[in-house]
Amino acid sequence: MATTLPHTETTQPSTLDLGARFPGVVSADTRPSFKGWIVPKENLIEVATVIRDEFGYDLLSNVTGVDYFPENKMEVVYHAYKTTGGPGLEFKVQVPREDPVEVPSLINLWPGVDFQEREAWDLLGIKFTGHPDLRRILMWEGYEGHPLRKDWKEPFHEEDFKPFKSRWPDGQFYYAEEKNPYQDNLKFPQDFDPEQWIPEGDALLYGSLARYTLPQEDGLGTDRIVLNMGPQHPSTHGVFRAALTVEGETIVGLKPVIGYLHRNHEKIGERNTYIQNMPFTDRLDYFNSMANNFGYALAVEKLMNIPVAERADYIRVIMAELTRVQNHLVFIGNLLNDLGAMYTPALYAFEERELVLDIFEAVSGARMMCNYFRFGGVVRDVPDDVMQKIKDLVYERLPAKTEEMDRFLTENEILVSRLKGVHVIDSETAVRYSMTGPVLRATGVPYDIRRADPYSIYDRFEFDVVTRTNGDLYDNYLIRLDEIWQSLRILQQAIKQIPQGPINSQKPQYQVRVPAGEAYGRVESPKGELGFYVISNGKPNPWRYHVRAPSFVNITPLEQICLGKKIADFVALFGVIDVVMGELDR
Amino acid sequence: MYGKGILKGLSVTWKRFWDTYIDDISWLLRGKKRYYSEEGIKHRSSKDQKGIFTIQYPEERLITPEEARYIPFLVYDEKPDGTQEQRCTSCGICAKVCPPQCIWIVRSNDPNTGRPIPEPTEFYIDVDICMNCGFCAEYCPFDAIIMDHDFELASYGRSVYNMEKLLKPASYYKSIRPGQYAKNEAERKAKEAAKAAKAAAAAPKA
Amino acid sequence: MDNEKLSLPQYDIPQDIQNAVTVTTLDRLYNWGRRSSVWPLMFGLACCAIEMIVAQTARFDMARFGMEVMRPTPRQADMMIVAGTVTKKMLPPIVRLYNQMPEPKYVVAMGACASSGGPFKEGYNVVAGIDKFLPVDVYIPGCPPTPQALIHGMIKLQEKIDRQSIGKVRWYRKGPDSVEVPIPILGPDLIDPRRNPEIKDAAAATSRAATQEGASHGDNASSH
Repeated sequence: MATTLPHTETTQPSTLDLGARFPGVVSADTRPSFKGWIVPKENLIEVATVIRDEFGYDLLSNVTGVDYFPENKMEVVYHAYKTTGGPGLEFKVQVPREDPVEVPSLINLWPGVDFQEREAWDLLGIKFTGHPDLRRILMWEGYEGHPLRKDWKEPFHEEDFKPFKSRWPDGQFYYAEEKNPYQDNLKFPQDFDPEQWIPEGDALLYGSLARYTLPQEDGLGTDRIVLNMGPQHPSTHGVFRAALTVEGETIVGLKPVIGYLHRNHEKIGERNTYIQNMPFTDRLDYFNSMANNFGYALAVEKLMNIPVAERADYIRVIMAELTRVQNHLVFIGNLLNDLGAMYTPALYAFEERELVLDIFEAVSGARMMCNYFRFGGVVRDVPDDVMQKIKDLVYERLPAKTEEMDRFLTENEILVSRLKGVHVIDSETAVRYSMTGPVLRATGVPYDIRRADPYSIYDRFEFDVVTRTNGDLYDNYLIRLDEIWQSLRILQQAIKQIPQGPINSQKPQYQVRVPAGEAYGRVESPKGELGFYVISNGKPNPWRYHVRAPSFVNITPLEQICLGKKIADFVALFGVIDVVMGELDR
Repeated sequence: MYGKGILKGLSVTWKRFWDTYIDDISWLLRGKKRYYSEEGIKHRSSKDQKGIFTIQYPEERLITPEEARYIPFLVYDEKPDGTQEQRCTSCGICAKVCPPQCIWIVRSNDPNTGRPIPEPTEFYIDVDICMNCGFCAEYCPFDAIIMDHDFELASYGRSVYNMEKLLKPASYYKSIRPGQYAKNEAERKAKEAAKAAKAAAAAPKA
Repeated sequence: MDNEKLSLPQYDIPQDIQNAVTVTTLDRLYNWGRRSSVWPLMFGLACCAIEMIVAQTARFDMARFGMEVMRPTPRQADMMIVAGTVTKKMLPPIVRLYNQMPEPKYVVAMGACASSGGPFKEGYNVVAGIDKFLPVDVYIPGCPPTPQALIHGMIKLQEKIDRQSIGKVRWYRKGPDSVEVPIPILGPDLIDPRRNPEIKDAAAATSRAATQEGASHGDNASSH
């Protein structure tokens, strides 16, 4: 089952004129270096319906808010794409920045905006009217303020932008705690009395869980129990918590609770200079730091409008595909772990990962947090001996080991009986829910950004966008194996074609000049579409820095996926979505 | 057939078990050291590894590539007369580029001239904030700050490193990063030669 | 453990029974047993957790130290490796896990984040070091510490265990046998119940400062 999309389809320019379709209502964004259309909030749902149904932008990939504090307005940005490929459509809603900031919710058109709108509410305080379950998502109920607003300062706030003046030339060391009135990373409202505080707890969560459970069926009824899995649970792949309602062993309601690893990536990112964000992106999806580097570098290069050195482009592809191979191998190991094949397959998977990490360490200096990409290229060249190691892996070791995995696992009867026929999601729902990556392709949608909207030099390689048709757990397992083979194919071509030459088109500099404008750079990370939305106002720091994380968006339909399934399948269903908490919570 | 999968799975472990011993014997016959030797560790980290994969830290440790980075340190040159000359000029680039802002430099002024002394008076790195990104070493124009390979830093308390802890000799730098050291020395020599040539060219004119 | 480590040199053992008899102190025996079977809690927070898992896999193999038995339940664990960024939202469960661990229990702060908040320290949802709440035994710098660095930290922990004496350890003394840390509350920010009066005073002080400043600058002191 493989489809190769023709190149012509992907490169044709967008001729769509939303302004002509809605004269006098929709206007183009005329700020220099800004794209897209500005839609009045009254017409948003009408325009969005046309975008989806008439123009065929069926995948609403990214929703985020921007706080234009000096202009006293707030903006919600939407990025829509076609699953058949081609460039995207960006539209925005601008509203005055006075509470309550209200924008209509698009949840009825694209249910995939659910969590993204909740995130914008949580962090920016934008109220999406019509959203049925607008709770905080990353922070907890009762938290004071909306942190991503530009006038909101965190307890350890020192200056608005880095570098801080206190570090040099008079950098007398002190702990940040010493400067805070609470002697810690704390901030309370004035005259706050902790003894009088009544925690809100999870009342809202359980309320919404009760509202959205499956109706009671006739017949033998059993008690419904609310079950909390996580945040400390061996098979939730990190600090993920799922509040489930179960009837017997059947899941009848589920709400994911996230934010246990919310590390304020975006707030810190808006204070950092552009180059300083690079090592922070490593810590998003910590299995695939190279892919994260790639996405961020693309976004900023778009803004700076600079080319990438040819050799660097090949190195980038090699690293990104090696990342994909090790991610999928570990995915398979962990999936087996979740299914009860305690540790053994994972041990073998991690062995191959170690060998890939050796390469990363040799080129970048670190095993996991590579920090390898720079704007215009990569930081240092791949030496010949490392190239030889890559060749050894790509031509001999990895194919043999993938083959071995395939031989031992794919036909294994326990694996087959656990995975086959457990339906994850169908293609239409998956697209509506903005799912991307292998999970979407396992349902039969050949949507791979490397083909649909080629970035870097992926148009030079021959590879197939693999799809499967059933969309069950077994297909989700098989598609990872298929993708490893395709990645190895790309790697073999890249190793053959890689030219000699410089590895960066720019001079190394610690403060890059980024002209004002906006850019959305996206890559096909092993988990799905990883997008970086960056707005520059010409200063050394980004004005808005948003990460569209595949893990975060892909778990939006988790409830739909799990309803009616057995509780024992939950870990496998959750496992195949392949989430990483660092990216999910950012 | 039921149970086939289990047998197949067990055969993987079984094969690995025997591979280890077959490898051991073949190394023994060739008279080479398979454990606690660089060659053995290299073999165990290569594509040909078949049996045991374990590197038995602390008795043996992984071969650290030159680029490996952990915590930064400051370099000083050892002069022939035994004095130490710091390379750092306290220009502050590392403190500016540091993403989590964990570098603190105090630069003082010469009391006579009022101009900054090109040497840090105090230099701190909060090791418990440092994210090992390597930017400080990458952008330092004087090769004064280098990423160390030493990872055995576990302690019983929080660590903030000061100059005393950070300063290490250039010979240490050379020993952990010979390639980079040679490259930088060559660049430095070339620069000095260019400077000298320029001075020589300027001298007759004046 | 071999004889020379276990036995004490100051006792003269006759030559003919040296292989059969070892003279040691109870402390040494006790600590030897404990240091060789430190079971970690199967509990990872962030990036460091991956390196912790890797340390358990074939290449580094913590089983060589008797530390391979990762227990998902705190009731069976001896050591909590705080592997990753501790966020305010996650802190109450972590403290609860710690309270549920039986004595003797050890806490290892793995990586910069767990030690002091690390690169994310400035973030609004990040706890500036788990040591503000739990007693940390070993700090391992690095972001993330490599598996070898983690193992080095484990060796340090073993050294610490070696120095403990059965007569002095707190879990055999009178009083509550386990250290309970009050569980923090999620309010407008993280509330540590031990520090309630302090927080109240500081909130009142900031409020006074705000009114003074407000009188001179207009109302820009309030942040929300």
